[in-house]
Amino acid sequence: MFDSVIVSGIATIIIGVGGMFAYFWLSNLFLDKVLFPPTGKDIGRNINRANMVRPWLFLFPAIFALGLYLVVPVFYSAWLSFTSGVAAEGSWYRNYSEIFQNETFRVSLLNNLLWVLVVPAASTFFGLVAAQLTDKLSWGNFAKSLIFMPMAISFVGASLIWSFVYHPDIEIGVINAIRGLFGAEEGVTLIDGQIVDSFLLMVVLIWIQTGFAMVILSAALRGVPEETIEAAIIDGANPFQIFFRIKVPQIIGTIVVVWTTITILVLKVYDIVAAMGNQYRNLEILPTQMMQYFDSGNYGFATAISVVIMILVLPVMVWNIRQARAETR
Amino acid sequence: MDNIAGQKSGLSIATHLATLLLVVIWIVPTVGLLITSLRDQDAISQTGWWRALQGAPQTMILSVPVEGQVQEGDRWVLEANIFEGEPAGDLPPDILEKQTVESFGVSRLRGANVAAGGSAETRDGVTVTLTEDGTLTATAPERMEGPLNLPVALIAPPQMTLANYAEVLTDMSAEERAEARERGQTLTDMLFSDEALFGPFINTMTVAIPATIIPILIAAFAAYALAWMDFPGRGLLIAIVVGLLVVPLQLAFVPLTIIHGWLGIGKSFLGIWLAHTGFGLPLAVYLLRNYMVGLPRDIIENAKVDGATDFEIFVRIVLPLSFPALASFAIFQFLWTWNDLLVASVFLPADTESTVMTRFVVTNLLGSRGGEWHILAAAAFVMIAVPLVVFFSMQRFLVRGLLAGSVK
Repeated sequence: MFDSVIVSGIATIIIGVGGMFAYFWLSNLFLDKVLFPPTGKDIGRNINRANMVRPWLFLFPAIFALGLYLVVPVFYSAWLSFTSGVAAEGSWYRNYSEIFQNETFRVSLLNNLLWVLVVPAASTFFGLVAAQLTDKLSWGNFAKSLIFMPMAISFVGASLIWSFVYHPDIEIGVINAIRGLFGAEEGVTLIDGQIVDSFLLMVVLIWIQTGFAMVILSAALRGVPEETIEAAIIDGANPFQIFFRIKVPQIIGTIVVVWTTITILVLKVYDIVAAMGNQYRNLEILPTQMMQYFDSGNYGFATAISVVIMILVLPVMVWNIRQARAETR
Repeated sequence: MDNIAGQKSGLSIATHLATLLLVVIWIVPTVGLLITSLRDQDAISQTGWWRALQGAPQTMILSVPVEGQVQEGDRWVLEANIFEGEPAGDLPPDILEKQTVESFGVSRLRGANVAAGGSAETRDGVTVTLTEDGTLTATAPERMEGPLNLPVALIAPPQMTLANYAEVLTDMSAEERAEARERGQTLTDMLFSDEALFGPFINTMTVAIPATIIPILIAAFAAYALAWMDFPGRGLLIAIVVGLLVVPLQLAFVPLTIIHGWLGIGKSFLGIWLAHTGFGLPLAVYLLRNYMVGLPRDIIENAKVDGATDFEIFVRIVLPLSFPALASFAIFQFLWTWNDLLVASVFLPADTESTVMTRFVVTNLLGSRGGEWHILAAAAFVMIAVPLVVFFSMQRFLVRGLLAGSVK
């Protein structure tokens, strides 16, 4: 049975890649040889027409896949959230009014906001510190590589790694062992469903995202013109002043980009809470709530929560699009 | 700049130390679990992984004969080494090799409660001193009768073992594997048994590789059109791609479950390949377009003048030149699909035949074997080994891709 899975995987690669290539090649051939051949008396008009059609041949598979897998679902989800589940019987907003009355939903919304406040700020801060520290160091690249490494680790793997750090046994968990150094005799259970335990889960994501922030901010720091720093040194600025007054203001744009990128990620994060805090209601966030309703087939509530997540993402999305448009102009 | 008086040395030592501290904090959690995954099941629960190299103490009752005692003044004195002669007879060879006493005691009930080098007195008034190297001195007011039975915690040298990995990949301990072999099971049977991690490992690979390769070509053609072809609506399309970069995947789950149901795909590998392709495309198109726009205009225009079609320019010139960008996207997409839990929970059936590692760990291992860290640690490293190899061998491309994509 596994053999068949592997075979179908290889077949899919061949059919997928080969098929795509055949599509692009044949459709271009058809356009140039059959539909608008650059020969005969209409040569000029045909070339123009072919050039008008060709971009859409190139774009069609991508537009089709993006449309089917992202654009249509966004509107479909919004529509379902107004028409399915309890909204089918009552007024169109009943899915929303009922989830907002649900205590667990309110806890997860609050938790999500906490995550959004803490994780991007902390990751960006540590990333900036790491970028500055490693900047002129002989072994800076080695250090960066190690701080960057968690980026490759799955959220589930990272959750296991940190669950072990938080292990309640004083002879197993590092945190409890450190408490032991300061005289604690017994280990304590660190994650037991208190609201504040969310912070212990956030540490996992901060640990992963700091490397990302560091890599980008480090490149930005290298781009800070030397003259500005030399001028500050001549004026007698100390290293902290140089960092906060000269360097940071010049890379503030990149800091904002890093911050918003991590914010988007935080809004969607699911795995860490699913792996580490699954049994505790107080640690729930919107994506875990959404998946519970999804798994139990309650599509009304599930889509309503996904629309709430979308609304939280919307400001960043609008800002991103405006930035991108400003750049391409 | 570096020679401004008095500033450099002090600050740079602080920088070295601060960086070192940061790096240590960052890698200790991973190193801890890695070491744990290589330790014996019993050792994990006895001592912390940071003591793995010291070896774990094993407490056993040693029976020291008292025949060698001599009278000195009014006291009877016995001098012996517990690693020699009769008491050593029952000791495992690895402990004999290490010859280290961690602690000892004089009462079976209280166990080995005195650190090596200290002394303790038995109920019969025998004062016992035992040093770390096993030298035992016992003095008693009267002649000692019968052997001294002492609980002693001896250090067993660290044993690094791959047994945990074998156990998690086959879901059988070494003895169970031996029994299974006797029943006529082959290694393949064991690896593909129901609760073994090896199956999910293969599944993860089956999900990740097509889901990485398929979007690349689709995205590359689209990126070329968005970068080098002129047509109405191009700016709008780019804006839409940028917008789609941040759309929460959660919005797609219910609709795509319904759509896949209509199409007859249902929950299957085909479904997850298509889903990952769709979800990966915005980043792919965005990264590749940003890269292709930066290619020198001359090359492309010269080729056009020479009569090359767009298709030829793309295949012969742009695609080979874009290799670094293709590589960075491939790494991102591979890491993301390999590490994904959410998309796999939605688009793949839950049975072990098609589940991926992340999901297997969360639902099967964390639930039923939540306390068995020898299993969990090994499972974690089976899961993250491939991404780590990809990460360290291709870091250059990863960083380049991040920097190109950081405009978002």
